[in-house]
Amino acid sequence: MTEPAITPELIQKHNLTPEEYAHAVEILGRTPTYTELGVFSVMWSEHCSYKNTRPLLKTFPTKSPKILVGAGEENAGIIDIGDGIAIAFKIESHNHPSAVEPFQGAATGVGGIVRDIFTMGARPVCAVNSLRFGPIASDVAADASLLKNSESGQSRLTLAATNEAGASLRETSLPGAGNADLEAARDGNSAVANNRRLFSGVVSGIAHYGNCFGIPTIAGEVYFDKTYEGNPLVNAFCLGVLRHEQITRGAAKGVGNPVFYVGPATGRDGLAGAAFASQDLTAESAEQQRGAVQVGDPFMEKLVCEACLELLATGAVAGMQDMGAAGLTCSTCEMAARAGTGIEIELDKVPQRAPNMSSYEIMLSESQERMLIVVHKGREEEVKRIFDKWDLPWAEIGIITDTGRMVVRHGGKLVVDIPAKKIADESPVYQREAVEPAYIKEVRAFRLDGIPDLANAAEAADILKKLLAWPSIASKNWVYRQYDHQVRDGSVVLPGSDAAVIRIKSDSLPVMSAELAAKIGDTKVPEKLIAMTVDCNGGYVYLDPYEGAKAAVAEACRNLACSGASPLGATDNLNMPSPLKPELFWQIAESVRGLAEGCKAFNAPVTGGNCSLYNQSPAGPIDPTPTISVVGIIEKPEHVTTQWFKDEGDAIVLLGEPVENTPMQGLGGSAYLQVIHGKKNGLPPRCDLEVAKTLHTTLLGLIQSGLIKSAHDCSEGGLAVALAESCISQLIARDTPRLIGATVDLTSVRRASSRAEGGAETGSSVASPYRLDALLFGETQSRVVVSCKPLDAVKVIERAKLMGVPAAQIGKIGGDTLTVKTASGEFSAPLTELHDAWWNSIARAMA
Amino acid sequence: MNFAVLQFPASNCDQDAVHAIRQLGHSARLVWHKESALGDTDCVIVPGGFSYGDYLRCGAIARFSPVMQAVKQFADNGGLVIGICNGFQVLTEAGLLPGALIRNRDLQFHCEFIHLKTVTNDSPFTNRIPTGKILRVPIAHGEGCYFADEPTLAKLKANNQILWQYCDTSGNVTDAANPNGALLNIAGICNERRNVAGLMPHPERACESILGSDDGKWIFESIFAALEAKSVAQAA
Repeated sequence: MTEPAITPELIQKHNLTPEEYAHAVEILGRTPTYTELGVFSVMWSEHCSYKNTRPLLKTFPTKSPKILVGAGEENAGIIDIGDGIAIAFKIESHNHPSAVEPFQGAATGVGGIVRDIFTMGARPVCAVNSLRFGPIASDVAADASLLKNSESGQSRLTLAATNEAGASLRETSLPGAGNADLEAARDGNSAVANNRRLFSGVVSGIAHYGNCFGIPTIAGEVYFDKTYEGNPLVNAFCLGVLRHEQITRGAAKGVGNPVFYVGPATGRDGLAGAAFASQDLTAESAEQQRGAVQVGDPFMEKLVCEACLELLATGAVAGMQDMGAAGLTCSTCEMAARAGTGIEIELDKVPQRAPNMSSYEIMLSESQERMLIVVHKGREEEVKRIFDKWDLPWAEIGIITDTGRMVVRHGGKLVVDIPAKKIADESPVYQREAVEPAYIKEVRAFRLDGIPDLANAAEAADILKKLLAWPSIASKNWVYRQYDHQVRDGSVVLPGSDAAVIRIKSDSLPVMSAELAAKIGDTKVPEKLIAMTVDCNGGYVYLDPYEGAKAAVAEACRNLACSGASPLGATDNLNMPSPLKPELFWQIAESVRGLAEGCKAFNAPVTGGNCSLYNQSPAGPIDPTPTISVVGIIEKPEHVTTQWFKDEGDAIVLLGEPVENTPMQGLGGSAYLQVIHGKKNGLPPRCDLEVAKTLHTTLLGLIQSGLIKSAHDCSEGGLAVALAESCISQLIARDTPRLIGATVDLTSVRRASSRAEGGAETGSSVASPYRLDALLFGETQSRVVVSCKPLDAVKVIERAKLMGVPAAQIGKIGGDTLTVKTASGEFSAPLTELHDAWWNSIARAMA
Repeated sequence: MNFAVLQFPASNCDQDAVHAIRQLGHSARLVWHKESALGDTDCVIVPGGFSYGDYLRCGAIARFSPVMQAVKQFADNGGLVIGICNGFQVLTEAGLLPGALIRNRDLQFHCEFIHLKTVTNDSPFTNRIPTGKILRVPIAHGEGCYFADEPTLAKLKANNQILWQYCDTSGNVTDAANPNGALLNIAGICNERRNVAGLMPHPERACESILGSDDGKWIFESIFAALEAKSVAQAA
């Protein structure tokens, strides 16, 4: 087979810069072969090398005494949870493939992350996901006119949002554009239809893969915003459990050890997917890149997982790594680099699905569900026996050497001969330039003066219904009902509360090897309770990347606290636009700064994660979306807390300052401003990490003393939405919600929080009283609505205040409405109406 | 009692079934699909999952596996067999139970708690369920819509073979309470001889209160009681 000659065009097509190519030539001491060029291209793509973000990622806190495998060491980080048990978890994106082929893109995203977990020797026990799409409903179209009149002068960056009609603002602001308006509306409708197609395709893909594999998809988040149109985000998280002794390394240890390929045959699917994931999406992506999207087979993955765990229990394995991004290339190279050894493989021995595959194709294929296993010499028969039992293809394809080189032969010819450590460790690193974008000044200058406050609280009932029905806030039952979230008998708190909770039981752990069983005995370990959540409000991050990223971590940790958990560690997924534009790199750098500080403050070290750059479509860049998933532990079953109100007569207490003391009063970037006023602007709520930390510790203390019956954090939609959700979110069974009303009085809260009462002073003084809309719908950070027995209310409030957390009883549970009194009137909304708006909104949009 | 839980490639509720049985104080073990004998077994559980990837049709390939020939023999000899979810699909494909399970009427996978009305206590799978007790157990399936022709349905009714129906909280068998469009709201049935049963809901996921419901244990308690009675009868 003749390989193409290396030309500057070919190098450019492989996304290597002339400098990178020169470095490759220097490493080799000669011109690379075509296959080697492919190897460099994928190994030095952002996806595999983090070349643009590595300097930033170094700022993450990554240490804690509980960390057994840290960030960047292996396929996933591992944390000790006591009694000899550990958890392995990680999040990873599959954005670009999902944009092109939503079902397979999302399905293989799940497959990839599940493999990363069992590669570590852990049994995968639950999955979580974080999704972003363009708007799926066009019913806020009327609000677009507001935007048209008020914001036509702003830069494109500022405008990339909220116009739910789907019409680009450039078009709607054209003077006298009668026909153009119509056209834009039509475009808008087809855009909405396409967003729905992507949304439903991604959800089915996740359901298909996770359900068949048999992993509960137990939590997640979904936001809809214009900024993600054409560039959806699909981040998949998986968590597994294992004993400390069962940790498996992805290192090619032991010179002379044989290298096994196991799993289905290699085909031409997913060729160079990692390189594809590291480019901008273009109008042609769908057509040109479909071949770069892998095709998943969850059935195969289930067999491979079971066979690998069974094999690990034999003790025959010296090292194991999945073939994920960059397939055989990345797995061989990284395994050798980690062990400081060399590896030699023979491509003719690799099981192949298609005839006449070139060495380039075999090395770069991203066919799914394949593993590379280094076996202790002399124990090959055990591999064969187990993989034959599971009817899985296997092949002995190579050997570990002491040369430090990755050597690949094909058809009797040497096609790759590269120093493994150099290519893995000496990938280029770029310190990109960061410049604050111009739109940030406009954001900072934005004030509420032009936005009329509610004249009377009576207006709030309709607004509340609109917010509850807004797809980003509405119940995601249409999504999670399609995921099996109970398989494996471990789901304690199902999707629909602040954080999901699973229990880890003895038989959740992988089977032990005979040696290990002899050493520690087959003793039962106490059940563990693990809580997890994933969060990120991309709109906040766009408006203020640093504060927004901190707020994402704070919200995740607040969700854990509300569930009775304290953080153990975090995994992040940076979904960002191109790092090559200084204004966009600034967003990335500021986001990372915020995440790092947040994780430090909450003692949630980052154990690994993923960077997805170049998230931009022809319409522009996405909002920077640094998704963060935080995993926590709950000490005792009785500490598990859910968000819904429990019993009539219970007291409702608000923990935290009701409205932040800034000009924006917590309304910057709020759902309220977006949905009701058509504006995504203003500095988002400030996130004081010390205040947040105090709140979380206090809440956890209260929960652990048995005083708290429900806890729900205030996030999108503010206090009113949090109260409503506490009334309507308990689900008994299909079509059987449990609605429980509340009467809330906020008149005194307003007084109690004024300066004169001497609450939590912050030094500066803002004379203006709170706006009513800010009190009800503002998204001021660090607030939690809790409920307790009426007699415990005083105790809860006193303890909170003692810890420095503002606290006030704001109401009582009971009735079949949510009634809220304020200093400027009151509103009362029947729970059935609120529930219908919230529960059925997404199903209606998707009908 | 000894439970044999079948393990097909991509069974994924097999370990859950073993866990539930052990939790309830009995012994359970996995039996690989290539085995042709069941060994010392009092009851067979055909668990949920996606046996053979559900390729071709749910349960369609599993019926040909060696272990299913042993299960048929076991059932022919009067042994108790219960199929849960995918296991129910396997048993209908294998001809051990009448009817078929087809795509849910809204074409979507449903994972949610549902309510179950026990139609009769006259079976080894329902004898201990308290009269009038509405069971709250989860479902998780994409193809759980029970379907059979009119004569088969008539026969099921005549022989009292319908064991469970989807219902609302008060036990009313309504269309709104039917998650998948199953005819007559059928959630589970037994064969004419009453020793083989299948149901779409997952009782093994509802045997401990920490999981939100322990109603599922009534079904297993019924099986334990039936086996107990049988062994007493045999000893006598």
